[in-house]
Amino acid sequence: MAMTIHVDIVSAESQIFSGLAEMVVAPAVNGDVGILPRHAPLLTPLRAGAVKIQLSSDHEELFYVSGGMLEVQPHLVTILSDTALRAHDLDEEAALEAKQRAEKLLQDRKTAFDYAKAQAELAEAVAQLRAIARLRKIRK
Amino acid sequence: MAKSKEIRTKISSIKSTQKITRAMEMVAASKMRKAQERMRKSRPYAEKMRQIIGHLAQAHPEYKHPYLVGRPVQRIGLIVISSDRGLCGGLNTGLFRTTLAAMKRWRNSKIEMNLCTIGSKSSMFFRRFGANMVAQKDHLGDAPTLIDLIGPVKVMLDAYNEGQIDQLYVIFNRFINTMSQSPQIQQLLPVVADEEDALLTHHWDYIYEPEAQAVLDGLLMRYIESLVYQALVENVACEQAARMVAMKSASDNAGSLIEELQLAYNKARQAAITQELSEIVSGAAAV
Repeated sequence: MAMTIHVDIVSAESQIFSGLAEMVVAPAVNGDVGILPRHAPLLTPLRAGAVKIQLSSDHEELFYVSGGMLEVQPHLVTILSDTALRAHDLDEEAALEAKQRAEKLLQDRKTAFDYAKAQAELAEAVAQLRAIARLRKIRK
Repeated sequence: MAKSKEIRTKISSIKSTQKITRAMEMVAASKMRKAQERMRKSRPYAEKMRQIIGHLAQAHPEYKHPYLVGRPVQRIGLIVISSDRGLCGGLNTGLFRTTLAAMKRWRNSKIEMNLCTIGSKSSMFFRRFGANMVAQKDHLGDAPTLIDLIGPVKVMLDAYNEGQIDQLYVIFNRFINTMSQSPQIQQLLPVVADEEDALLTHHWDYIYEPEAQAVLDGLLMRYIESLVYQALVENVACEQAARMVAMKSASDNAGSLIEELQLAYNKARQAAITQELSEIVSGAAAV
């Protein structure tokens, strides 16, 4: 049997692939890299592209990644895949949107955080919850 | 007969309420299972990253990334994660109480706070009391994606990079089991080193392409994002669990109310019949 290497492809939201392979070809930022078993430890970012996993001589699987990280250890390849295309200006745009939403909400903002008022309101809510719990006990 | 008719209408209205709460209970139960599954799925990513970061920090003692180094604290960032919708018992209330207590402690030690709220409940709550909100995001739904978080997290990371904040925390509900969830304050920045990583003593290093610092930058950003994502997913699971329990007790309460009303209805009906009978009998006696 040919030598194999364990491959994991994970994203923040799910596990995409896990299993043994003969070779992995991944789109690293500086050009595609092919990883065979007993490769030296390597860490590199990935660009968007296809990851090819050679399961056996006549069987291979393709996965699309939109970027991420590739970690190689002699018997282990881990691909930390991004779930979205990452570009500096896209990220910037998303951040700006989150900021604007906060600003919009705070248009009628008071000068300082009103601890007393916030606590009073929370105390009321907690008292209500307690009353409900007690009522339930009495009923039973 | 007027009274018994009133009771009958009341019973039917409570029955329809009970139908709604029961349906909500079942919906929440199935959503909770899905959320738990997502929670489980998101774990390997963060674990793997923690390993790599631990290794990097060790292999490169000369290069200290700002995310890994603590500094004197004057202002901190808080990411508060709440649900978007109510009807989930005391889940959000408990979270806000913990947050408020912590905020008070920080304020007493003269530390300023920047808030980033995720979920409309926390946005509304902190807006009402005039907190210093710098970023906001809501309506992420039951299946949040990491893409939604890139914006708000970037605002906080940028603030940290520029020195506006010196620490970053995330506040969310931790899922313990269906019956219990507990509010949790977790430190994101500076990254807290794991104890077990210190056990890795043998020396070896990665080949970095292009260079170690750029790799570390990208890695740490994704690591923080994935931690916030995990917190968010966990909070969704908590929300559904809390809603399920709240709706179950609402259905039970409706059931006992119906029982009581049914009893009252029967009594009223019997009283009416008895009265009618005695009227007939006394009428017959008069003839």
